[in-house]
Amino acid sequence: MNTRWAVCALALGLAPSPHAARLPEPAPGGELRFCLHAEPKNFNPLMVSEEPEEVLQYLTGGVLIRINRQTQAFEPELAESWQVSDGGRKIEFKLRDGVRFSDGVPLTPADVLFSLRSVVDPALHAPAGEPFRTGKGPIVVSQPGSHRIVMALPAPMAGLERLFDQVAITSARAVEKSARPDEMPVLGPYRITGYRSGSSLLLARNPFYWKKDEAGRRLPYIDSVRLSIQQNRDLELVRFLRGDIHLINGLDAESFDRLAEKHPSEARDAGRSLESEELWFNQVARAPIPEHRKEWFRSRPFRRAIAQAISRADLARLVYRSHAAPAIGPVSPANLSWFNAKLRVPTFDPDASLASLKAAGFSLAGAVLRDRHGNAVEFSLITNSGNKSRERLASMIQQDLARIGIRLNVVTLDFGSLIERITRTFDYESCLLGMVNVDLDPSGGMNVWLSSASSHPWNPAQTAPETSWEAEIDRLMRAQAVEPAFARRKALFDRVQEIIVEEAPVVVLVDKNSLSAVSASLGNVAPAVLHPQTFWNIDRIYFRGGTGR
Amino acid sequence: MISLRRTAMGLLAAMYLSALLAGWLAPAGYARQFRDSPAAKPSAFFWLGTDELGRDSFARLLHGSRVSLSLAPAAAALATVIGAAAGITAGYWGGWIDTCLARVMDLFLSVPWLFLLLSVRAVLPLNVRPLQSVGITFLLLGLLGWAGPARVLRSAAREIGGEDFMRQARARGCGRLRLLTHHLLPNVAPVLAAQFWMSIPIFILSEANLGFLGLGVAEPLPSWGNLLAGLQNVDAVLSCPWRLAPLALLLLVMACFHLIVPMEDFSK
Repeated sequence: MNTRWAVCALALGLAPSPHAARLPEPAPGGELRFCLHAEPKNFNPLMVSEEPEEVLQYLTGGVLIRINRQTQAFEPELAESWQVSDGGRKIEFKLRDGVRFSDGVPLTPADVLFSLRSVVDPALHAPAGEPFRTGKGPIVVSQPGSHRIVMALPAPMAGLERLFDQVAITSARAVEKSARPDEMPVLGPYRITGYRSGSSLLLARNPFYWKKDEAGRRLPYIDSVRLSIQQNRDLELVRFLRGDIHLINGLDAESFDRLAEKHPSEARDAGRSLESEELWFNQVARAPIPEHRKEWFRSRPFRRAIAQAISRADLARLVYRSHAAPAIGPVSPANLSWFNAKLRVPTFDPDASLASLKAAGFSLAGAVLRDRHGNAVEFSLITNSGNKSRERLASMIQQDLARIGIRLNVVTLDFGSLIERITRTFDYESCLLGMVNVDLDPSGGMNVWLSSASSHPWNPAQTAPETSWEAEIDRLMRAQAVEPAFARRKALFDRVQEIIVEEAPVVVLVDKNSLSAVSASLGNVAPAVLHPQTFWNIDRIYFRGGTGR
Repeated sequence: MISLRRTAMGLLAAMYLSALLAGWLAPAGYARQFRDSPAAKPSAFFWLGTDELGRDSFARLLHGSRVSLSLAPAAAALATVIGAAAGITAGYWGGWIDTCLARVMDLFLSVPWLFLLLSVRAVLPLNVRPLQSVGITFLLLGLLGWAGPARVLRSAAREIGGEDFMRQARARGCGRLRLLTHHLLPNVAPVLAAQFWMSIPIFILSEANLGFLGLGVAEPLPSWGNLLAGLQNVDAVLSCPWRLAPLALLLLVMACFHLIVPMEDFSK
């Protein structure tokens, strides 16, 4: 290498950047404390289904590929590299060398084989294995070389890599010990050392964790993590304000403002999240509701007029204290890769809404909107009780719709009754609920957007698409799911988003911001919109000064 | 004691009057959202400020009082009438009728009423107007809350049924119906009245509990329950003490209802 190239190399990356030089040196030590909002149901890393288990898996589990929560890009973890081939039917991993479990036993390809085979085993019903089982036929996991593992699927699957972010790599002996979590060897940055049912979990640093920082120090920096089981979110905030805990994920807007008032630097707003609030109309043909109402709900001009008559900006400003933004479409701009940037926030225009309703045969008589048969336009909106934000949203929508002569009856139901109505009896007219896109990839939304899907909100489990636009969505979604080229997939999914905005079967109202609380004593915390927002880089978080407050 | 009772009655009358005149005292209305003035402080226009959606808190308090103060006595009356019918029948007739009715009362008392109310509400039709919804809520409260008064009235009927004057009347050949209407009912009337007055604050509190859980009166109609739900944020309440007005009013009304019940009715 000549001198000029050597200088360039140093300038590009080998020399420490001036910015890095200014950062304080991460000091190891301390105990990080935060809350779990429910008791973990089990400690088996292959059977993760709910949030507490997901948190534990994130802290203690090792995965082959990790999605960086900030850049949303794939990063190699236990797999040094990988390659997708055969049009998305096959993925081959090259395993990292020198990785050990927390008890010092080396990770072997047999352990990876065991983990992947268990996850895709239909008899085990592992939640992380469900997305793999899209095609008919067996999923074959094999070991073609000493450090190579191959998974072959019966059908092509676009975005296959992302699924491995949720698949914990473990071993048969670890699963055997999962009933005694403090004895279970793990591959993640922490291992469980204590569990008091209903109270807390104590995690200690994994002494054999494979990652090191740029200075060659073994990660993680923090010695231990204490997870308190605390369901009450108000108490969680009180504990944070007292200094008992250091992090809170998913604060509501009211709590966030309370915190920001007292400790502005500890209230962190990461901007639009993947959580939205939306309203949809019941379009199920056999729903026990009057026929004339079904006719409204199946009318595109009616749905679009409703979407146009709701002031999303007011909803975001008043209900979420400006910690939300008017929603653009079914995918939030927080989804960096898949959001359709050509879409715009629907305009709030009650006059235009009324004009389009009149063009569709409705008429305003006094302050009451009537359909072509003379029926007063009145319907109910159900939402879950106890959620203040949703009750306020409903109240604001009620006033907005009253301006165009529509009477909206807001009904709050306990969650079980609400789910019963929207999934089984279909005895409802419209529903207001939130949606969380946990999977960035469009294929993660197959269970929502396909007309045959059980979670297709407005008309689930159709035997054949009942409208031409739903048939088009089905076609596009199925095409993108097997299309290996990103650009072509993006074009297909962009069109899906456009159809949903054009047809408005779901009126997406607001995208909530990702709000969190981060103690000022912590360094390297960079809240992201993806779960787990505050501790996604847990192995690099440290206490300024080395110990917790 | 009498002066206290009179003061309580005066206060209740004033509250009823202001609730009835809500439209005149707070012309802004309880539902209108002044979206440019959310969570406003008290002012000449908004005497108790506004809520998070910019609705006049004073108007909501008065209209909420109208809902709670008018429908809670109605629910109390319904519960007392059902309770009286069941309790007096059981206490007066005795025997297998008493045994059966007492078991039914025990059953109603042992059922967790909140869950029962949630279940019943879940199967009700959805497309009801807010006023109908509040009516249904209180009707359910009345229908489910009769067992307590029934037990008290059963005991009273049994006790009075064993009194000497009842025996004498029976010995003189007085018929069952006449015994019931001319001798028993006049004597249980004070207990009946006490049960009615005591049930009113219970039903106000029950509605408040439901409203606090978001299962009470439908939006946009206010009630004390959904107004109290706004007090969950302790910090916000401490920085805006006027938000405590619904709680203060609820406490005052509860105290007044308890004070106006004649204590001598319980001294027997």
